[in-house]
Amino acid sequence: MSLLACENVSLGYEGKTVVEGLTFNINSGDYLCILGENGSGKSTLMKTLLGLRTPMSGSITMGDGLKKNEIGYLPQQTIVQKDFPASVKEIVMSGFLNHSGLRPFYTKEEKNIALDNMKRLGIEDMGKKCYRDLSGGQQQRVLLARALCATSKMLLLDEPVAGLDPKVTHEMYELIKSLNKEGITIIMVSHDMHAALKYATKILHVSDKPEFFESTNDYLKSKTGKMFTSDNGGGN
Amino acid sequence: MNEIIESLQFYLEFPFVRRALLVGVLIAFCSSLLGVTLVLKRYSFIGDGLSHVAFAAMSIAMVMSLSNNMLLILPVTIVSAILMLKTGNNTKINGDAIIAMMSVASLAIGYMVVNKNSDSPNVAGDVCSTLFGATSILTLSELDVILCIAMSIIVLVFYLLFYNKIFAVTFDEDFAKATGVRAGAYNMLMAVITAVIIVLAMNLVGSLLISALVIFPALSAMRVFKNFKAVVICSGILSIISSVLGLFISLLETTPVGSTIVVVDITVFIIFAIVGMFIRGVKE
Repeated sequence: MSLLACENVSLGYEGKTVVEGLTFNINSGDYLCILGENGSGKSTLMKTLLGLRTPMSGSITMGDGLKKNEIGYLPQQTIVQKDFPASVKEIVMSGFLNHSGLRPFYTKEEKNIALDNMKRLGIEDMGKKCYRDLSGGQQQRVLLARALCATSKMLLLDEPVAGLDPKVTHEMYELIKSLNKEGITIIMVSHDMHAALKYATKILHVSDKPEFFESTNDYLKSKTGKMFTSDNGGGN
Repeated sequence: MNEIIESLQFYLEFPFVRRALLVGVLIAFCSSLLGVTLVLKRYSFIGDGLSHVAFAAMSIAMVMSLSNNMLLILPVTIVSAILMLKTGNNTKINGDAIIAMMSVASLAIGYMVVNKNSDSPNVAGDVCSTLFGATSILTLSELDVILCIAMSIIVLVFYLLFYNKIFAVTFDEDFAKATGVRAGAYNMLMAVITAVIIVLAMNLVGSLLISALVIFPALSAMRVFKNFKAVVICSGILSIISSVLGLFISLLETTPVGSTIVVVDITVFIIFAIVGMFIRGVKE
């Protein structure tokens, strides 16, 4: 059984349908990239997968013992966070809250896992630093470490490289790749065509007629893929 | 200096002064705890809005000559708080517009009701004392004090138990929700507690100046400290110091209690802003 399966899902808001007929599935260890133009409904799909919205119709089922609180999420930065006085450690630790129930404090074990995750992302010596003083790439790593504290199974990344410079972007992608290699299922929303082709194993192209491809090769051969790659100046 | 201490000692012999001091400290402390979250979530104005709603409710309670004003004021303010926080995100009228609307509407209605229906000989004085607190902090009854202590304990326990969740929901509501934290419930609880604190704080600084108690300590602490825990602790301490200092100054100089406390808060903010600038300057 697949980790996550969408059957004929329609999305929209205020009674207006944005996307309909979404059907796809993700298995454990997959790297799915959700492509599509601005306003095509990528972020709405993301929010629906996270359970922040309900689909207008269709069904989303989780399998393989995946629970709702086992999805880690890397959101796009909000204005609130820009001048938020919080230390890196405080933010990373907050990833554990989905498991802590009514327990008011973090356990010793959680503190150790948090430190491990910070090491994995190369930010272990920044624990006491203030989040708003970090560079864009470092901030993304902090939020990624928090997401890792929330899950060891599936990560949803919403435009993880938005606003990062090319070098940091590359580092970020490599980091995500290594996490995927360690067995974490990745779902990434992006409009970075090249990265999608390079790193993803499956591609979902969201538009008014969404299409799902089991491999990047299938996508490249398809009409949509050809159109989109040439639009993006693809081929290099 | 000795003279000042002596006259303070003289004042502190009166039970009503001691009561005022206790209640002042508790309210200032609680509102500063909530303030950190409210300021960071961009809800600085909610205190202002709610206090005006509470003013309207109080006017109506006065006219209806209820035996206990709180029975009307508290529920009305709580409902308004929930409305204000709930409609914050996804409605046709923006959150800040709703707060502004409810705020000014209740101020107008409150004043009209009192002005037309009150049989008190000094309507202007009554209104002024509700708006600016005047001396009501010095005329607290035993029941007021007990209510205040109980509420403060509840706020403190809530804050300690849910501190980590409050942080998570404040920093990133979507992430919290997505990973299964019941952000909606925490927001609701926050709204209710804010409403209760605002109603209690009306006694201290009056309904026009409550925002100051909520926002100034948090903003001051944020100038200097860079992690959430330090900001929360610092803002609590600053708020207590300011309210004690404000209360003492107002006793010694016979200035109005509410505005004196607020002026002290403002002074503290200016000092912290300068210190913050200095610290950042050294680093760069």
